[in-house]
Parts: sequence; C-alpha cells; structure tokens
Amino acid sequence: MDFDTIAAISTPMGEGAIGIVRLSGGDSLPIADKLYKGKHPLAQASTHTINYGHLIDPDVNETVEEVMVSVLRGPKTYTKEDMVEINCHGGITSVNRVLQLVLNNGARLAEPGEFTKRAFLNGRIDLSQAEGVMDLIQAKTERAMNVAMNQVEGKLAERIQRLRQELLETVAHVEVNIDYPEFDAEEMTLEVLRTKGGAVREDIDRLLRTAHQGKILREGLSTVIIGRPNVGKSSLLNSLVHENKAIVTDIPGTTRDVVEEYVNVRGVPLRLLDTAGIRETEDKVERIGVERSRKLVGEGELVLVVVNQNEPLTEEDQELFRLTEGHDAIIIVNKNDLEDRIDLARVKEIAGDRPVVTTSLLEDRGVDELEEAIRGLFFEGDLETGDMSYVSNSRHIALLTDAKKAVDEAMTAAEEGMPVDMVQIDITKAWELLGEVIGDQVNESLIDQLFAQFCLGK
Amino acid sequence: MSYHGGEFDVIVVGAGHAGVEAGLASARMGADTLMLTLNLDAVAFMPCNPSVGGPAKGIVVREIDALGGEMARNIDKTHIQMRMLNTGKGPAVRALRAQADKFTYQQEMKETIEDTENLILRQGMVEDLIVENGAVRGVITQTGAKYYAETVVITTGTYLRGKVILGELSYESGPNNMQPSVNLSYRLQEMGFEMERFKTGTPPRVNGNSIDYSKTEKQPGDDVARAFSFETTEYITDQLPCWLTYTNEETHSLINDNLQRSPMYSGMVEGTGPRYCPSIEDKIVRFHDKPRHQIFLEPEGRSTKEVYVQGLSTSLPEDVQHRILKSVPGLENVRMMRPGYAIEYDAIVPTQLWPSLETKKISGLFTAGQINGTSGYEEAAGQGIMAGINAALAAQNRDPLILDRSEAYIGVLIDDLVTKGTNEPYRLLTSRAEYRLLLRHDNADFRLLEKGYQAGLISNDRYERFKNKEKEIDAEVQRLRKAVIKPDETVNQVMADAGTAQMKEALAADVILKRPEISYEHIAQLTPPPKTLAPEVAEQVEITVKYEGYIAKQMEQVDKLKNMENKKIPENLDYMQINGIAYEARQKLSEVRPLSVAQASRVSGVNPSDISVLLVYLEQGNLQRTSEPETETPASN
Repeated sequence: MDFDTIAAISTPMGEGAIGIVRLSGGDSLPIADKLYKGKHPLAQASTHTINYGHLIDPDVNETVEEVMVSVLRGPKTYTKEDMVEINCHGGITSVNRVLQLVLNNGARLAEPGEFTKRAFLNGRIDLSQAEGVMDLIQAKTERAMNVAMNQVEGKLAERIQRLRQELLETVAHVEVNIDYPEFDAEEMTLEVLRTKGGAVREDIDRLLRTAHQGKILREGLSTVIIGRPNVGKSSLLNSLVHENKAIVTDIPGTTRDVVEEYVNVRGVPLRLLDTAGIRETEDKVERIGVERSRKLVGEGELVLVVVNQNEPLTEEDQELFRLTEGHDAIIIVNKNDLEDRIDLARVKEIAGDRPVVTTSLLEDRGVDELEEAIRGLFFEGDLETGDMSYVSNSRHIALLTDAKKAVDEAMTAAEEGMPVDMVQIDITKAWELLGEVIGDQVNESLIDQLFAQFCLGK
Repeated sequence: MSYHGGEFDVIVVGAGHAGVEAGLASARMGADTLMLTLNLDAVAFMPCNPSVGGPAKGIVVREIDALGGEMARNIDKTHIQMRMLNTGKGPAVRALRAQADKFTYQQEMKETIEDTENLILRQGMVEDLIVENGAVRGVITQTGAKYYAETVVITTGTYLRGKVILGELSYESGPNNMQPSVNLSYRLQEMGFEMERFKTGTPPRVNGNSIDYSKTEKQPGDDVARAFSFETTEYITDQLPCWLTYTNEETHSLINDNLQRSPMYSGMVEGTGPRYCPSIEDKIVRFHDKPRHQIFLEPEGRSTKEVYVQGLSTSLPEDVQHRILKSVPGLENVRMMRPGYAIEYDAIVPTQLWPSLETKKISGLFTAGQINGTSGYEEAAGQGIMAGINAALAAQNRDPLILDRSEAYIGVLIDDLVTKGTNEPYRLLTSRAEYRLLLRHDNADFRLLEKGYQAGLISNDRYERFKNKEKEIDAEVQRLRKAVIKPDETVNQVMADAGTAQMKEALAADVILKRPEISYEHIAQLTPPPKTLAPEVAEQVEITVKYEGYIAKQMEQVDKLKNMENKKIPENLDYMQINGIAYEARQKLSEVRPLSVAQASRVSGVNPSDISVLLVYLEQGNLQRTSEPETETPASN
C-alpha cells in the first residue's frame, strides 16, 4: 500500500551521545536529499549504507548539523518502505531541530507506533509481534526490554499454546463423545472436566498475576517519597537519581516542571512522582503536608517513608506510617551518621511487614540495602529468575481475563448440571480467546486433534 | 453419431443421494428437469453402510426436510431401526440415526421420482458438456444424445474415473462393480478444472445366517416412535436389531502379518483417504496400543440376509479378509458374501465453486456431492438439494439461495468446501459448526422452512401448520414468563419429586424451568397451559427457556460476525495489488474469491492481520470513491 512519508525521533528523549530521526515512506530519500549535503546525493547511495555529510536548512542556506545518514530502501526494511535514518548529535535541541527540518520539507510527524503499524500493514510482522514491538519501544528498562523481546520471540505464545493444547484435548474428548456416541472412548464426565478446567484456570491466573509485573516493567512502578521536612527526602531522591541513570520526562500540557523521573533500580523501573515538588519544597520551609502526603500515597504503588534517626518519632511520623498501611512501603531511617535518638524497635514494630532500612544518605551508606529492599519487594519469590513470559500488553490482559471468565462459566455450568455440550461452549470460547492472544484461531486444529487422539470411524 | 435429445430447464447428471435431491427440488420448483444416470438400478443406491443420520448428519437430513427435500421422508418409510443418539447430552447434539433397508430405500426413492411432475428420469452416461461462451448449454451422452438446458448439475459420486482396489487387484470401476464414468472427468480437466483424487473404502458383507449372535451384544432401536421428517405421521414399529462385537489380538496380528499385501501400504493407492473412516489396517497401524476395536453388524434390509460389518473397512486381499472375519467372536463360521474394497475417484477442488455450488469457470454449471470432495449420503443430499434449488433459481433468473453457517449444517458444509477446500473426503462433524446450539435437530424447520417455502418447495398447507406451531410456542413461552408460582406444599412436592431444591419464594415459571432437574412436564403440572401442548411444541418451549442464556450467547457471536458477513467484497477484486496482505494469503484469496470479509477470514492461510489490511483496503476504496482528495490511512493499531 502507498502511504505518505512519516518521520519521528526514534531515540529516547533526553541526553545521549547521538539522536536518530527516522523517516519511512516513498518520499524519504527525496526529502532527505533536500537537506543533505555530502559527497553524493543520497539518491545515488546504495541501500543499507551509511553516509557522512551535513544537514543544511534550505530556507536560510545554513549548515545545521553534522550527520551520518543511513539509506535503507524497501522492501528489506522494518516497514518494508524506503527508510532514512539521520544520526545527529544527541540532546533534545539538536534532534528536535532535525525533526523540524524534515517536517518542514514534506514529511509528516508519525503517530506513536506508526512505524510498527506500517510494518504490520505492509505484511512485515504479525499482530502479536507488532504489539510486542510497541512494548519494546516503550520499554523503560532492560528487564522490560527482555519481557518485550520474549514476547516477540514467542515465549508467551509458547505458554499460551500449551494452555490451548490442554483445552483442545479436553474439547476433543467432549467432541468425540458427541460425534461418535457409540465409540468406546470413556465419557468425558463433568468430574474430569472440573479437574481439567480447574488446572487451566489456575494457569491463566498465574499468567494474569505476572500481568501486574509486566505492566510495571513497561510503565514503571509509580513511587512516592514522603516524610516530614528535612528528613532527607531530597537526598534520597538525588541518591536514587544519581546512582541510577534517570530518564527525565516532561508531562506535556502542564508545566515545564519535571514532575516524573525514571530510574532503574536493580531491574525495577521506578517512576518517581512529584520530584519537582520534593526538590522545590525541601529548599524552602515545607508546609506540613499530611493532606498532600495522603494524596501522593494514593497515587503511588510504592511508598518510601523517610524518618530522621536523629529525632524521636513524632506524632506526624506515625501519622505517615498509618497512611501507608496496606501499601507497598519501605521505611527509611535516615541520618544514622548522627546521634541515635529514635526508638528503632518501636519503628520496626509499627512498620510490621514493611521493610525498615537505616541509611546515611549524606554519607552514601545503606543505599545498597535500600535498593535490595526495593528489588525484593517487587520480585517476590521465584518470579525474578523464573519464567520471563510476563503478560504486559493490555489487550492480552483483557483476553486472558475473558478466557478465565469463560472457564469459570464452564465450571459453574458443570456444577449446575448443565449437559456437557453446553459446558463445552465456554471451554471452546476460552480456547478461542487464548488463540486471539497469539493470533491463531484455526478451527481445523480441533478436527485434527480429534483424529489424532482417538481411533475413530467405521 | 449424435442426435437432439430435447431441451430442459435443468439437467441433473447422476441419481445418487445428491442427484435425486437436486432433480426433485428443481422439478418441484417448476423447472423442466432431466435426470440422467448411468444405471437406473442404482438410483439412491447405498454402496457403503446402510444407514442414514447420526450426529450432524442427522440434522442435515432434517434440514433437507425443512427445505422440502426427500431424504427424511424416504428413510422414514424404509428403515429397519431408528435411534436417537446423545440423549444424555444437551439438545444441540441430539441426532437421529436410522438403519435403512437399502433395497426398499432405493425402490421408494425411484418411485417418488417417477411420480414427480416436470421430472424425467432416464438411463444414460454423460460424457461431455456443451459449453458456449463460458456458459453451460447442455450435455452429450455416450449414446450420442444432445440434451440442452439452462443449467446443469453434476453429481457423479465415486463413479468419476473410479478404480476399485482389493489386495493386489485393481480395476476401473464404479462402486459395487458398476460402470465408472471416465470421459467426463477428462473433459472437466480439459475445461480447466483442477481435480483431486480421493479414496474411500467399504467393509465386507457376510451372510447373517452364519453369525453366532449369542457371542455379540444386541443393539436394538428405540422403543419410542421416531421420524426424521417433521411431516411423518406413520411410524414403523417393527424394528431389527444391530449387533456389537470386537476385534482381538488375533485379528490384529493377522492384519499386521499381511500389511505388505495391503494396497494402502504397498503404495498402490494414490488417493487420500478420510481420517474419520479409516480402514481396519489403518486403525491398527495408527493406534497399535488399542487392544480391540468395535465391530457393528448391521442388517442390510428385511428381505436379505446380507450383513454389513461396520468397523472392518478394508482393502486387504480377499483371502486375508476371510481370515480376519473368522477371528472375530460370533463370526467364527461366517460366510463372506462380498469382500471389502477401496475405491479411488476424481473430485474437483471445491474452492472452484461459488457458495451457490455454481462453478466459477463455467456459469450455469453446478456440482454436488462426492464430486465436491465430501463423503456420506447426507452430505451429498444436502449439497444436492442446494445445487438443485440454485440451478432452478438460475434457470428462472432468480438470486441464489445461500445458507450461512449460523443457519444450517448445510451452510457450514458448503462454506467449508468452497472456502477452505478439503484435502481428504470431507465429513460433517458437529465440531465443525461454531453455532451448534442454534443448529439443532429439533429446530430445523424454524431455521429453514421459510426459505423452502420462498423457493417454492413447501406447500401452503405445510407452511400454515408450521406458522401455527410457531405461534403456539411463542404464546407458551410468554405465558411462562408471566406465570408466577408460589411455594406451597404441592409445589414443593413437585420440586422434591424432580430432585431439585425447595422453593423459598415465588418465582416465574420460566425461572423454575431453567433448573436442570426441571422439565416442561413439571412446569405443566405447576401451571397447566390452557390447552395441552403437542410434544414437539412442548419440546421447543423447554429448550427455548432452558437454554436461553446459551442461545443468547451464540446469537451474540452470530451478530458480532454479521458485520463481517455483510461487508461484501467485489467478485473481481485484485488481491495481488494489496501489498499489505501476505503473498500466500493473496494467492489463496485470488483463488477462493470470497464474497464477504467473513468468508475471507475463513480462508486457510489468511491471518487476522491480512483481514485487517483487507478491511483497511476496502474502507479506503470506499472513501476514495466518495471524496476526491487522498484520504488519511485509517488507524488500526
């Protein structure tokens, strides 16, 4: 299909050594040639070559950037269309300027995910791969990258395929009793159905439980830091941000203030909320913010509560502890370089299940323990080293949830004494829904199963 | 030498189960119809098992009846036994099966044809078609007769270039040593039809007098009067039983020892056989762990001693067949009358057909039955009636009748064939239907009678009766929704008798009927209808209410897909232009030329992503037709 030419910045926003602006579509080369000055025009360059040169703003005839330009002619490209990748200096300003130039000269700004959409529409990748790639693009940390990679490579597909096979065998057993009522296959009793259904439901449940993690890996675990003034919130923030490379993002349309920062803490992507607020207020004398804290705790999936070891536990501290009850929280007893005036046993008592870490952020002590506590909270049990086939895509989550519901309905119907062929309707539905996750729903497989599993016929 | 044989509206080639339904439907619709068969004694012949119906198939027979066809009525008059299968399961999968008296079945059908107005039955082997400008004009027989017609239906069964294989022996033959039809197959290939070669088989027949039935299990018919046709009022009560016995280790080693003499394994057979109807040698090779296989002994009629040995389909040499038979309990002294054999035949690749069963290559030419790659009398008859109806409709310049997958098993069958093709003889199974709760045995008239009436196949009388039945069901369902039943001693006694929980509060009658233990009879006790309902009306009321939730669920699915069914694709769409569709899918779509997006989505090798692209493409086409400037690509992720 013929589409117009689109362009977008394809490296993450933020500081980096290089930035890439990518074009895709029939006019990619002509547009780039309007701006490019090198040894030869790009139109003469062979495909899959990288060409050194400069970008000129044709309006003012001024050199804008020193660049390396990749020429990639379709169909052997990601989108199967002609593509151009302009490698320029990193940093928001210069990349933006290149993008602007390209847009002024005939390209259209790509919608989010539009390159992948084209790859899909041009028949380069299938739907589930397309979705995996979308997540890959949005992946915030290495681990999230792995999840996305696995999805592309079909780890999830494999797991779902296994589940489907279970269901298929069950359905085939029901079917054989229906289509060959006199055949001496043992009747698929409701009893058997119940056992099998229960096992499948549990498996789907397990997958869905990873969904939460998958989502966090992709979107980041929203994290808030609360505590009384001057306990070291800002130091904690800085420590997390400096220890770990932060990705700073603006939220468009609000203020120019940086309000969220991403950090990767031992594989756990933290989305630190209201960082501007912390930095700003800590500079001044902070107003007592129980209300504000309450609001923050509501937004955060992980709450870091900071108290000062140098002062006895105050009423306010305890109020903050109460706020975090039932939340994933870590209590940070800071300033252990100073005199110990807090009743640590009492803190631990109030903290209950919530981990307590003592630190001196000033002297950079205890940060390891803190990071370990964060990691431990997220990757409970065997999840981390175990299966990496997290479900991280919301369409998949919805389908899995529906599949589970269908299995549930089948089980209920079986309980109520519905005939087995009615119960089967929902089992088949579950099988189809799981098929939709991996984009496979060929009806013929049931027939194949039937004849592979049973010796039928006259 | 040739001569002008006459002019007709419709010519039907063949008088097997597809041919007779095609000819009868066409003639009953008022079309002048000629039915040609190469052997008048083989009209509605059952070359394999003497039975009609079973799961899915039995429902097809009822569908044929609702459309005004003959199979149901004919078997009702000529069976030796009838049973309702799957009675322990839900209503969706119940199905009738009858054992036929294969001889009276044929006689009865032939006589019906002879008595039908507008229908001429004649012996003659069709060897060629008359085709002008891509449209069929008639047929030429072996004896030189040229018959002209608006439309032609070919139903050649396993006769088309048939070849019988029996051990080391093989020869050109139709079923049961009848003459094969050879030239027509070559003519079809010359006209550009792609053919495939299929194989099927039949077991030996034995003399019932030589069977020791005491070593077998009796399989009697139901002791309730049953009938396939909604119209049948007279029931056969005198039934013959079938008998069940099993193969054993001795049978299996005999077969294993002689496998090298089996044409299936010596490479003599080139045709593809059906998985659902494997020969006994196939079963033993593929499922060698199974210690025994079932053998059903089925009488072939009332006036014969021949017994069909179901389960022992084979093409092993005759001498091995004798020995295999004698290894089976009850058959130790059996006298074989005819050996089993395999038969190969030509079929056309059915994706060359439109859903009306008209060929895409030659307009006015229809094919039905085994030539389309199916197997089974019922599958043949179901296609036959549709091809007959559509051939007559075409001759009358009317639009074709196409049943969709939510309307009939016949719709599922034809859609599967023309959309997916088949790489083995195709048999209907209930599992092929995605809406089987809607495609029930009991509601075939509700699904199809109206269509049969519109086509002119249902009498006004019958239509009236049907409309009344519909009204009675509706009225009773409405009444039950309003009838409130308060728990008292009598009510709770009924509940206790039914084995269901006591009622604590007043409930509507339809709510109570939804309890699995409660039948309509219980409800009629609690709140008697103004007039006692006929059993088939009561049955409909019960099913409608009881399975309301599930029926609604399936209806929802149907409605969801209706959008896709209604999105039509131009017949001449050039798929090769649509780059976004995978190359293989483009080829498949070009071949099948689906009429709707839903049909396209069922073409094998076409993925959901191809369909998304197709939708975008069709949508774009629409946009461009209505507005000049280039439109933006619709988003789809």
